[in-house]
Amino acid sequence: MTERPSRALLSLWRVVAVARKELLQLVRDRLSLGFIVGIPSLQLLLFGYAINLDVRHIPTAIVDQSQTALSRQLVGELAATQTFRPVRAPKTETEAIRLLAASEVGAVVVIPPDLDRRLYRGRGAEISILADASNPTVAAAVAAAGEGLGNAIALRAQVGAREDAVRGAPLRIAVVPFYNPERRTPVFIVPGLVGVILTMTMMLMTALAVVRERERGTFEFLIATPVRRSELMIGKIVPYLIVGQIQVALVLTLGAWIFDVPIHGSLVDLALGAGVFVGAMLTLGLVISAPARTQFQAVQMAFFFFLPSMLLSGFMFPFDAMPEPAQWIGTVLPLTHFLRIARGILLKGAPLSSMLDEVAAIALFGAVTLALAVRTFTKRIG
Amino acid sequence: MSARETVVETHALTRRFGDTVAVDGVDLAVARGEVFGFLGPNGSGKSTLMRMLLGLLLPSAGRARVLGCEIPRDAERLRPSVGYMTQRFSLYEELTVEENLRFAGEVFGVFGRRLRARLDVVIAAHALGPFRRRRVGALSGGWKQRLALAVATVHEPQLLVLDEPTAGVDPQSRRSFWERLFELAAGGTTILVSTHYMDEAVRCHRLCVLRDGRRAALGTPAVLLGALRGRVVECRVDRIEQAIAQLAKAPEVASITQLGDTAHVLLTPDAPPAELAAESLRRRLEDAGFAGAAATPGAAALEDVFVALLRGERLADAPDAAEGAS
Repeated sequence: MTERPSRALLSLWRVVAVARKELLQLVRDRLSLGFIVGIPSLQLLLFGYAINLDVRHIPTAIVDQSQTALSRQLVGELAATQTFRPVRAPKTETEAIRLLAASEVGAVVVIPPDLDRRLYRGRGAEISILADASNPTVAAAVAAAGEGLGNAIALRAQVGAREDAVRGAPLRIAVVPFYNPERRTPVFIVPGLVGVILTMTMMLMTALAVVRERERGTFEFLIATPVRRSELMIGKIVPYLIVGQIQVALVLTLGAWIFDVPIHGSLVDLALGAGVFVGAMLTLGLVISAPARTQFQAVQMAFFFFLPSMLLSGFMFPFDAMPEPAQWIGTVLPLTHFLRIARGILLKGAPLSSMLDEVAAIALFGAVTLALAVRTFTKRIG
Repeated sequence: MSARETVVETHALTRRFGDTVAVDGVDLAVARGEVFGFLGPNGSGKSTLMRMLLGLLLPSAGRARVLGCEIPRDAERLRPSVGYMTQRFSLYEELTVEENLRFAGEVFGVFGRRLRARLDVVIAAHALGPFRRRRVGALSGGWKQRLALAVATVHEPQLLVLDEPTAGVDPQSRRSFWERLFELAAGGTTILVSTHYMDEAVRCHRLCVLRDGRRAALGTPAVLLGALRGRVVECRVDRIEQAIAQLAKAPEVASITQLGDTAHVLLTPDAPPAELAAESLRRRLEDAGFAGAAATPGAAALEDVFVALLRGERLADAPDAAEGAS
């Protein structure tokens, strides 16, 4: 440096200095590191496995009275849905029902002896599936899987049968969930989880980063330096923008690896959307840090925001099914909008450009919190 | 150097917290290159006063001018020229010695080649070389304090504000710390330092004693001690504890400090001169059965100044910086 650097350059350098210091602290603080990597992994596993709304591998008794190529194919397809796991092959329906009553199986599939004939003559074959309805979840799963399979077979029967046979084909119209044909919860949960994890960790990381300085007394040193308020704030935010993207990558990778969660849309779009969302959460963290005297207080305040985000954003309950006042609150919360962005991009393959209103809602929230943060973040004590 | 320039100046500086007055109408004038001490019990307003001078706390009333900057208005313009050591170590424990120094330099706007040069200088000056890459959290109190001073001086400030910098540090470290302070002062740095330690206070060029937020006394240690000339008597006697109980009954005695087998006696302002008082105290002891008691006039210590001020006495008080310093 031969000449005096310009003020803008000095300012940039100070931001870089604060950001680098922040990163160094982060990397060397095992608890914070655990927070960043551990929380997403743990939540993913908890939501993916423990809070699993699917029912799979129901032990099933198959009463195949037909014993033809078609019936065996049908049994194979039933097993392939993974909803059913054929464990018994009793000869009669009575015997099968006894197994059901004894809870040895959760479902019974009865294939009539005249399956082939009825199907190809268009007389309407009927496969009955008896479900153990004492567990409503199992019953629902059986019904759904049975319907899905029935449709598939009926379609194939249409192709192979005569014209007139089609009309009488055993068609039961069922709604196949298009974006999640297997009705697996993780597919729905994981994109939302990205938002939930970012809400929780990002808000806390900045809040704690400021409050920790205050607790340890380094804040008093910092505010006695020429570092400007804005430089301090930006320097504290920038490292976590990167951390946020790492978390998104972590959750998506684990989600794809463990739960086969698809990624249909553009990852760049997702990163952009997540960037705006993370920015809003980070400035909110700065707002929280202003009145908090201890790290514990900061955590408490973060929880006040976190709880409604979890419950009213559409993460836990369908947004449209919530009462209207709850929807109003939900509309203010950035997570609500980020959930739509994340699900849209990941599950539907929608481009971010089709969801600019959601981005705008998050950006507006971020702008308001930024203004608040600037107002409350002072270089004074007392 | 011409007539010493005044770098810190306050007029009736006051700070209230609710009903309590932490700093009450303090007038100060500190000259460039002075090591200026603040002495006072806990809660006497030392930290509050320093924070106001740095613009970290807003004054409730009064004015302050520091290095030509009107405080708090020009506080941001002042910052690059000031180094501050807070009462608690304000170092980043996760960072190494060098990283702390580098960060401090950078936020003070020292970059590139100049920063590297400054790092080498302060690391050498404070003998921090062996600890360069050590995490600060692993350093002992004495080394942290050494580093804290180095951090406060990376950017070569004109004014150093040190709030009880040696609290909880061993005597050896305290001594070398003060040696470095005088080196800095000799280089033209003005130093405001608060302390609890009398041995440190007495080394300052000038001292301001604070009591309940008010300036109780201001002057060179010599002037303050001189105000107590002829008011100290040393009594050497057997059975010292009982002797002290006997001495305490004398009307001319203000306070007694036991130093080993000697009773260090501060006389009241209206007591006779030390030569006469010594004789009457000796006679009092002999009459009470303390054979072979000796009493001689003694030199005042800074503790005596403190005690006298706590008794509400007014001692030497030179309000003008220049006359006190020269």
